[in-house]
Parts: sequence; C-alpha cells; structure tokens
Amino acid sequence: MAAKVVSFTLNGRETEVMVKPLTTLQVVLREQLGHTATKTGCRQGGCGSCTVLLNGEPVLSCLLPAEDVAGQQVTTLEGLTPIDGLHPVQSAFFDHYAVQCGYCSPGMILTTKALLDRNSTPSREEIVEAISGNVCRCTGYTAIIEAVEAAAQALKGGQNGR
Amino acid sequence: MGANVLEKAAEKKYRVVGQSVPRRDGMGHVTGATKFVGDVHYPGMLHLKMVRSPVPHAKINSIDFSEAEKVPGFVRVLTHRDVPKNIYTILCLIGVGPDDEPVLAVDRVRYQGEPMAAILAETEEAALEAVAKVKLDLEELPAVFDVEEALKPGAPIVADTGVNYFIYEGHHCRRVRYGDVEQGFAQADFIVEETYNTKPIEHAPTETTGCVAKPEADGRVTVHTNTQALYFSLDNTALILQVPFQKLHFVGGTVGGGFGGKVDVITEPITTLAAMKTGRPVKFIYSRVEEMQVSSPRSAWRLKYKDGVTKDGRIVARQITSYADAGAYNRHTPYAVTKHAANVAGPYTIPNVHIDAHCVFTNHTPGSAFRGFGVTMASFAIELQMDKIAATVGLDPWEIRFINAYRNGDVRPHRKVAEDVTFIETMQAAAKLAGHDLPEHLLAMNSWDRNGGQHG
Repeated sequence: MAAKVVSFTLNGRETEVMVKPLTTLQVVLREQLGHTATKTGCRQGGCGSCTVLLNGEPVLSCLLPAEDVAGQQVTTLEGLTPIDGLHPVQSAFFDHYAVQCGYCSPGMILTTKALLDRNSTPSREEIVEAISGNVCRCTGYTAIIEAVEAAAQALKGGQNGR
Repeated sequence: MGANVLEKAAEKKYRVVGQSVPRRDGMGHVTGATKFVGDVHYPGMLHLKMVRSPVPHAKINSIDFSEAEKVPGFVRVLTHRDVPKNIYTILCLIGVGPDDEPVLAVDRVRYQGEPMAAILAETEEAALEAVAKVKLDLEELPAVFDVEEALKPGAPIVADTGVNYFIYEGHHCRRVRYGDVEQGFAQADFIVEETYNTKPIEHAPTETTGCVAKPEADGRVTVHTNTQALYFSLDNTALILQVPFQKLHFVGGTVGGGFGGKVDVITEPITTLAAMKTGRPVKFIYSRVEEMQVSSPRSAWRLKYKDGVTKDGRIVARQITSYADAGAYNRHTPYAVTKHAANVAGPYTIPNVHIDAHCVFTNHTPGSAFRGFGVTMASFAIELQMDKIAATVGLDPWEIRFINAYRNGDVRPHRKVAEDVTFIETMQAAAKLAGHDLPEHLLAMNSWDRNGGQHG
C-alpha cells in the first residue's frame, strides 16, 4: 500500500509526514522527525516508555498507527520543556531523584502531566493508579510518587519550574 | 569504639557524605535530551537480526539462506566462518579460561535462542522477514536442565571440555576447607539440614541491550553501546575480530538500566564485524522478547546446608554443597562461584567449615552478573537457615545471629581476616528502625570486643 500524507500538530507546530500504512506514531516521531525523547522499551504496549500525550491524554505511541493522529494534538517530552529551565513536573522529578537510568522518565513525566491536568490534588492511591502503566526498574517508585506529590504542590502554589 | 559507632558517625557533618548532590545526568533525563543507543541513527544504517536456535540442544546439519536472500532489502548474512576468532570467554581478560562460547554457533547449539547466523538488511522489517525465511536442518540432542542431573554419569554433555562443570585448579568445584566439620558435628547437640533452591531472574532493564557500529573514514570503527563494561567490551571485541585495540572507539556510559545484565559483550563483536564487512553503520538492538529469553539472567542456584549447633546456639560446624546453573557457557559464573564460596558460610564465625561450590553447565540460557551475584542467593539461604536453627534450638532469631556474628579480627573460612565489620551495630540499628526492643545483653554487644557480649 502506498504512503500517504498525515497532518497533525506536534508540540504546537503544524507537521506533515509521509507515512506508510500501519507505521506507528513511535516510529514516525523517532525515525522520521528525530524526536527521540519518546522511548522504545518494549514496542508492544507493555512498559509505557513510549507514552506521549494525544489531545492531553497519555497514549502508547508504539501501538498507535500514525495515520490515526491526523488533525490532532500530539505532545512529546520535547514539547513540555520550556525555552528556559524546566516545567514544574520536570523540576520535581529532578529535585526528588525520581530519575535514575532515565529511560522511563519521558513517559513517566508525561503521564504525570496528564494526571495533574485532570486532578490537581491526587491522593497517593490515585498517583499509583495513574503511573501503573509506566514501568520503572530502578527507583522502586517511591521517589517517583514523591515527585508527583511535589509537582502537584508546586503547580497548586503557582510555582514555575527551575 | 563501641556499640553506638554508627550513631556517632551519623552525628558528624560532612560536605558530601550524607548530603544530596544533583545528578549530573538528571537534566538530560527529565528533558528527554539524553541520547540512548537506540536514539543513535545514521543515514544508510543497516539493521542486524539474529537467526536463533529454536531448541535447547541440537547438532546443526545445515542452514539454508536461499529464501532469506530473496527478501527485498536483504544485504548479507554472517556465519561463524566470517568471525576471525569465533570462540571467547568474557573473563579471559582476568585469566579465566578456557574460551568456550562461539560468537555464532558452528556445529552445535546448546541453548534455546543461541545465535546461529546474523542477517543484515536495509530495514528492521526486512531483517526480521529474512530471519523468518531461513531454513534450519537441526538434529535435536538430549538436553539437561538440572544441575545435579547434569553431574550424573551418562548426562548429556554440554561443555566442550567433556564434563559439565567448571574446573577450579584441577577440582570439580571451588572448595573451602576450614577446621574439621566431622569433629564439629560430633560436638553438636543439633544437626540442622535444609536445601534451598532459587530460580533464574531476568534483570528486565527498560532499555534493551544493543549497540550501533559505524565505520569511520580513518579505518577505525566507532561503537555506541549501552554496555556496563565499556573497556571489557572493547578489548573482547578486538580479540574476537583480531584487530588492534586502537582500531575501535567505544562510546558509552548511558545505560537504560543494567543491574549486571549488560556486561556480557554480546552485541558488540558481531555488530562491529558487520560494520567492517559492509562498510555501513549497523544497528543491533534486542527486542523485548530477546531481552527476556536470551540475555543472561541471574543464575538459578541450589544450596544444601548441614549445620551442627550446640544447645546454647553456637554453630560449631557448617557443611555446604552448592550448585550454580551457569547455563550453556561460562559468561561470569565461574567468577560468581568463587565469590560465592568466600561468602556462603555467612557473616558468622564458625570454627569448622566445609564448602563445595559447583559451577555447572546445562542447556539453559547462560546466566551472568546480577547485583551481588553469587552472594545474594547465598544470603537468602543463609538467613533462612539461621531462622531454622533458631526454631530448632528454641532461641530467638536475633539472639542466634548476635551470638554467632563475626567480629573484627575473626578469621573467615577462606582465611581472610574480618576487617571494618559492623554487623552487630547494623543489626542493632535495624532492630531500632523496625521498632523491635532488643534485650540488654544484645544491646551491650559490639563488633570490636567479643567479651562485651555473652560468649567469650
């Protein structure tokens, strides 16, 4: 089958790519557009390292055909990072040692962003539930949960990132 | 120095110790700017995928690549004939031998998933399709999966040495002999025996193992890798490819989770060879399935303990027979077993110790390093055994550990003098943290003065 043009908004920027049928959003982002913050831990929907935001909601880009995002808003971790410094969620992850090897961090941070957008005061249980699709093999999760709590506090207080 | 040595140390303020320091790589991680191996991309880059054995033990009659070669995008195949020195053992660099593992299988495969040939193609999809079209003519052989079965006469032989065990200085196992265990058992009021088994455990790093090799204009090859052992990988790759070390430039340090699972020098030699043979950049990254099935796990272990204990709780003899399931090849297990033999009697002072620690070859996936390998599984068995001793003798499990704990200056079974030991202080701190009230006589003990405790 022939490739076709897919238009969508990537990190606020109008983007057009030539996409072969069934090519995943993950492959388009990483290999065609060079957005490598989106990771490839399993490429079968099991680890959450490829999480991106589709219209603000977390999705697994490794399972999503790129043609399905036509006309929609895609945010990767590159799009969350401000020109100067860090987004408050990124600051909280940095300050609370919620990153070790760094491989789950992009997906974990975007999942957190989506959680705090819909629930500014999540309970510990709600945080655990929200990040349950993002596998971290280093931290044991405690530092990540504390970072999400700190990010919620910072956003509530209207603080910016560092 | 005394029992509160740890509390005293905690009171002292240091500039670095005890202080939080920002991670150097943290900014890259939280912004996604950190470049992992999978993020390295070059124009014209080829993809490498392995043809792997579908069975745990077989003779290779032939491999037919004719249909694979017809796949659009197929570039070439590499077999054992292309590998300059197709046999290695990772630890040859520290004098462990003999070489036992082929980069690509020659006439026999010894575990399920063993690499038999490498396919290079223009895209990952083409490489996978070509691998699927390779026809294997294999003659399956009897396989052995249990360490004790593997040591019995008549067991299928895995290793080329003709025996299913690593040879330690002429012996079939790593031996430690200290005192006289038979004399110790004769003095004992109780004999406590148990067997402990553990299963293989996969590290499951979120980033899978892999590398990218790129030929440079000056004849060198740059290799981006997520190995945990950069120079070990460089040196072994140079030896396998029979090129001078300075021909290779290894770039690493960014590892998306390792835990010991990325020290095996497993993707670099074949990928570097592929880059040299084609003059093109080559990427070889494990799929999640490969990571789970063929990357080395923590070995399975079997540990048999026989302890002689007096009625006041003193362990007077400990005899251990243990087996590490190395899988089909050495990798790091011969070293792990030596480290294990030095620690398997535990952090306890026992006058009579007898250890036979075996490194056994089976048709399992080769095991390797994993956080304290050789010792972690020993600790599991030791501490269960200590609880069993406590229950048998009828003493408190804390009491058993305190009265047998090693002190500074004690000689351990492998003849090392214990130094900088704070086992008693650590247990005292742990009890405090756990909210467990220790009796006065245990609180009075310390690691420097044995007479501070109840046994002299």
